Amino acid sequence: MTNRVLIKGVEAVALGSLEGGCECYFGYPITPQNEIPEIMSVELPKRGGAFVQAESETSAINMVLGASAVGKRAMTSSSSPGISLMSEGFSYLIALELPCVIVNVMRGGPGLGGIEASQGDYFQAVKAPGHGDGRFLVLAPASCQEAYELTAKAFELADRYRNPVMILMDAILGQMKESTVLKKLNIKSISKDDWALTGAKGRGSRIIKSLFLDSAELAERNLKLKKKYEQMEKEVRFESNLDGSEEVLVCAFGSMGRIAKESVLKLREKGYRVGYFRPITIFPFPKKALSSILEKNNSLKQILVVELNCGQMVEDVMVSVCGKAEVISKFYPPSVLPFPEDIEREVKKCLRKVYFVSPKV
Amino acid sequence: MLKESLFRFPKSLKRNNFHYCPGCHHSLVHRMLCEVIDELNLRERAISIASIGCACFIYNYIDVDMVEAPHGRSCSAGTGIKRARPDLIVFTYQGDGDFAAIGLGDSLHAASRGERITAIMINNTVYGMTGGQASPTTIIGQKTTTTHLGRKPEEQGYPLKVAEILSNFEGVAYAARVAVNNPKRVMETKKALTKAFLAQLEDKGFGYVEVLSACPINWKMDPVSATKYVDKLTKIFPLGVFRETF
Repeated sequence: MTNRVLIKGVEAVALGSLEGGCECYFGYPITPQNEIPEIMSVELPKRGGAFVQAESETSAINMVLGASAVGKRAMTSSSSPGISLMSEGFSYLIALELPCVIVNVMRGGPGLGGIEASQGDYFQAVKAPGHGDGRFLVLAPASCQEAYELTAKAFELADRYRNPVMILMDAILGQMKESTVLKKLNIKSISKDDWALTGAKGRGSRIIKSLFLDSAELAERNLKLKKKYEQMEKEVRFESNLDGSEEVLVCAFGSMGRIAKESVLKLREKGYRVGYFRPITIFPFPKKALSSILEKNNSLKQILVVELNCGQMVEDVMVSVCGKAEVISKFYPPSVLPFPEDIEREVKKCLRKVYFVSPKV
Repeated sequence: MLKESLFRFPKSLKRNNFHYCPGCHHSLVHRMLCEVIDELNLRERAISIASIGCACFIYNYIDVDMVEAPHGRSCSAGTGIKRARPDLIVFTYQGDGDFAAIGLGDSLHAASRGERITAIMINNTVYGMTGGQASPTTIIGQKTTTTHLGRKPEEQGYPLKVAEILSNFEGVAYAARVAVNNPKRVMETKKALTKAFLAQLEDKGFGYVEVLSACPINWKMDPVSATKYVDKLTKIFPLGVFRETF
């Protein structure tokens, strides 16, 4: 019997984390993600896990640090301002190579902003989650089902790379109810015997630290982390809808990907040559996938990047296509949520350019 | 003839030379801590948190599993460890800047929740590692690199008395202030540390030991005068047990 339920995106995250083997949750209330700590406060103690409502996000992320250091699968969740408060901790977690899962249900910013749907934390998530040169592996679900499955998978990925994994989603997905199948997922457990702090029994003491005053040692540390980010390329995921004849490709992630997909499918029904590309891992960004689409398709001249911010992911798309196609940014700041028809209009504008303006060399 | 030697090197103390300045009291506290770890047989199940400050290198000296935490966050990291693995024995080793300035929220909330962890605060009234700036425990009139004319209550307020604050916390099972500037006090420090670990071992609550400690370099004193100066500090920060529930 399939275990199909009607749940919100944030509830899917909480249930996905339990499926992924989450043992400890630490968090602080903030809208629009409060259902996650509420569910965890009930479910984790039942399973012998730990739940603590911290006095701040700063404290919560450091509780995650502690639980991760002793080898437990740990998670926190928050929304934009809370995520900013955690960023010092993020940097330490990356430097200490401590795996954990962090959920950001984005809200509109900057500052206190509002609780509108927004994708304004894209840069923060994929470029600089904290000070220094660290990166997260970032997964951006677009449906409740995906939120459930990716959150579960995030625990395995975090352990595999000994690096934090972020689930980046927005208030639309977080607060939208969808039919979700609570599948049994084959989430692997990865041994932490060689590094976790368990008490120095029958071995020398272990030190998990990030202070390297010797410059050669610090450089080596950075290069080691860099190598790890390169290895994460194996985890690149994306969704695409292409037949090789496209003239315009619409690129969007998360909830915006859903709206973009609908407009692309409608246009295709009408015979327009337009394709769809949704990065699911936004770090590592599916650069190779995008550039190989361009290599295979000579008719593809324009990529329309649609986002719920003032234009952030568009920069990663530009780097990926490296001038081989025109990249157009259509951005919607928080609270300006487009309808599929709005995107259709944008695509048509692009197509007019393809036909009537001399092509870029 | 004596059957056993009078001097024993604690098993948990690594045989590394201390990097601390001449006359600094960190090394003394490290040693007493190691003696307590040995006597309570904690080495194989202890986890310590290295804080930010001069003692961030504690992992070079104490031979237990250690993780580093950001400035001020040791009690939160300790909470995470203890909640995840209640069978482990968790202790933090922090300065007054770490515990009582940037980390006061983390420290007080961990104490208030009655986290079963042991927190050791080295109170030397200054930020030692950064070169002797004023800290929350700088005393009235004390000259530091950021209070050139001495701490003035009307400008910088009053020194924070953490042991006294914690004495009112129901989650705290033991809170004491000690010093290590004479042999008797060194032995009292050892007793206090033992009791603060017992608070955790016997599942009673948060254990806290504040150690008044000399910082000759930043106090601009020679080690002997600095050690004597700790007596002056005891007038403002009285020694004693401020809370003991078991």
